Amino acid sequence: MKAILTIAGKEFRDGLRNRWVLAIALVLAALAVGIAWFGAAASGGLGFTSLATTLTSLSTLAVFLIPLIALLLAYDAVVGEQEAGTLLLLLTYPLSRTSLLLGKFLGHGLILGVATVLGFGIAGVVVALGAEGVDIAELAGGMGLLILSSVLLGWVFIAFAYLISVSVTEKARAAGLALVVWFLFVLVFDLGLLALLVSVKQGGDWLPWLLLLNPTECFRLINLAGFEAARSVSGVTSIAQGGAFRPAVLIPILFAWILVPLGLAILRFRHRPA
Amino acid sequence: MTPVIDFQRVTKHHGDLTRIDALDLSVSQGEVLALLGHNGAGKTTTMHLILGLIAPDRGSVSVLGGAPAGPHAETLRRRLGYLPENVSFYDQLSGREVLAYFARLKRVARAQVDELLERVGLSSAADRRVKTYSKGMRQRLGLAQALLGEPQLLLLDEPTTGLDPAATRDFYETVRDLRDRGCTVLLSSHVLPGVEPYIDRALILGGGRRLAMGNMAELRAEAQLPLIIHARGSLEGDAWRHGWDDPRIQAVDHKKHGVTFSVPVDAKLAALRHLTADPRVEDIELLPPTLEHLYTHFSARRAPEELGVIS
Repeated sequence: MKAILTIAGKEFRDGLRNRWVLAIALVLAALAVGIAWFGAAASGGLGFTSLATTLTSLSTLAVFLIPLIALLLAYDAVVGEQEAGTLLLLLTYPLSRTSLLLGKFLGHGLILGVATVLGFGIAGVVVALGAEGVDIAELAGGMGLLILSSVLLGWVFIAFAYLISVSVTEKARAAGLALVVWFLFVLVFDLGLLALLVSVKQGGDWLPWLLLLNPTECFRLINLAGFEAARSVSGVTSIAQGGAFRPAVLIPILFAWILVPLGLAILRFRHRPA
Repeated sequence: MTPVIDFQRVTKHHGDLTRIDALDLSVSQGEVLALLGHNGAGKTTTMHLILGLIAPDRGSVSVLGGAPAGPHAETLRRRLGYLPENVSFYDQLSGREVLAYFARLKRVARAQVDELLERVGLSSAADRRVKTYSKGMRQRLGLAQALLGEPQLLLLDEPTTGLDPAATRDFYETVRDLRDRGCTVLLSSHVLPGVEPYIDRALILGGGRRLAMGNMAELRAEAQLPLIIHARGSLEGDAWRHGWDDPRIQAVDHKKHGVTFSVPVDAKLAALRHLTADPRVEDIELLPPTLEHLYTHFSARRAPEELGVIS
């Protein structure tokens, strides 16, 4: 246990030192404030429009950015140390490979968590202070859910990044695979589902369940399903309504999306030769 | 007493390659063993087997009383220090931070960090980033890392590459210190000069097999290499080449101020008597075969077999 905390502490300090935390927080805050302010630009207006529009735009932003940031942050977690030669040394220390990976996950998870809370938190505060006629309680609730689900989504992709990182022997390959994963889950899956939706003429009751096969769709459902105004922008997720597609069900599903790749990564790491 | 390291017919394959072939090895406590061999001879693989990083395909490995992988690993690894070949560290951290991190992982008191930095002569550079370190400084930081927690077994893979002669000597003095405290040391090297006085035994590996093992006297006895005798004096003429009772004694080099002989071990005293009886000889120098000669001898003996395997 102490080893896990030691590794996590080092990863987090590295994150502060090479300014990952700062950079992620700033990017998220700047984009979020920008979206809140210019969200109405498409319809010719300027300034804060409505909470629903803002949250919808923010979650659309998060769905693209958070997975990318998480993958970039963590893709070299193992293969990077292997290339640098430090992994060999770590493996001769009194700590298990499971502890090593869990420690890294804790550290990277904390970096992403702190940066997301800071970034979106700042945006929330700016909106609360600057916009007129906003229900603070509603804003806090919406932003809270957005932050929570963003952090979970980030952790899902950190777990994916580890699975990649323990499966390859070159950093460049890991980076390539990370981009492929991002592409598949964030872009291609949507298109595939859309094509399926169009081609299935009747009895497509099972289609909404396919959304659960993609953590980014789960994230979208958590944040968009509650808003009437979101219908126009929520894309394919609008096929899922009511029933099982509530945050109370979707958040545990996101947790499962963290645990499965992380578990697979640990298994692979434990069973591969040094 | 049970040996610190015990290999029983250990074989390890890597794909089609046989890295280690039926190797027997037993190292007792407080011993300094040198692993010698050219690249691919199996030195690093042997170390990885001892560390439990890889498991043998056949045979058994026991280190400090247990198999190095599995439940024994945790306790074993706290009593073990390892310096890998071409060691590298986190470039962005300072030397002190790197060592403190490894100390925490090994659950060693923080005070040891400064002590070890002092011991390897890195105190003044401790707060600089590792990125700015020279090869020798990294190597010394690596040694400090291996010494964390006063290990009972130390594995040093090519420890003196990149060190200047003075630092190499300091390094070997440290090894001797450790041995005197009861630490068992295994060091691999292909840089031979300088290592000889500091080791108890040498294991010469070739193609994953044991070519020879023993202390210097045993290796010399097994190799039966002739020793070199330099006789200095105004030894003119060609008569020196001839007139020896033993035809195996040969003058290999004849200069104006002396002659160099190649003498079989059992003819050493006969040759010396002959030389001391001659008033023209002013000085005699005896050069027994060095570890380097022995290494070359044993490695060469392996070569024809290897060729046979290939064809």
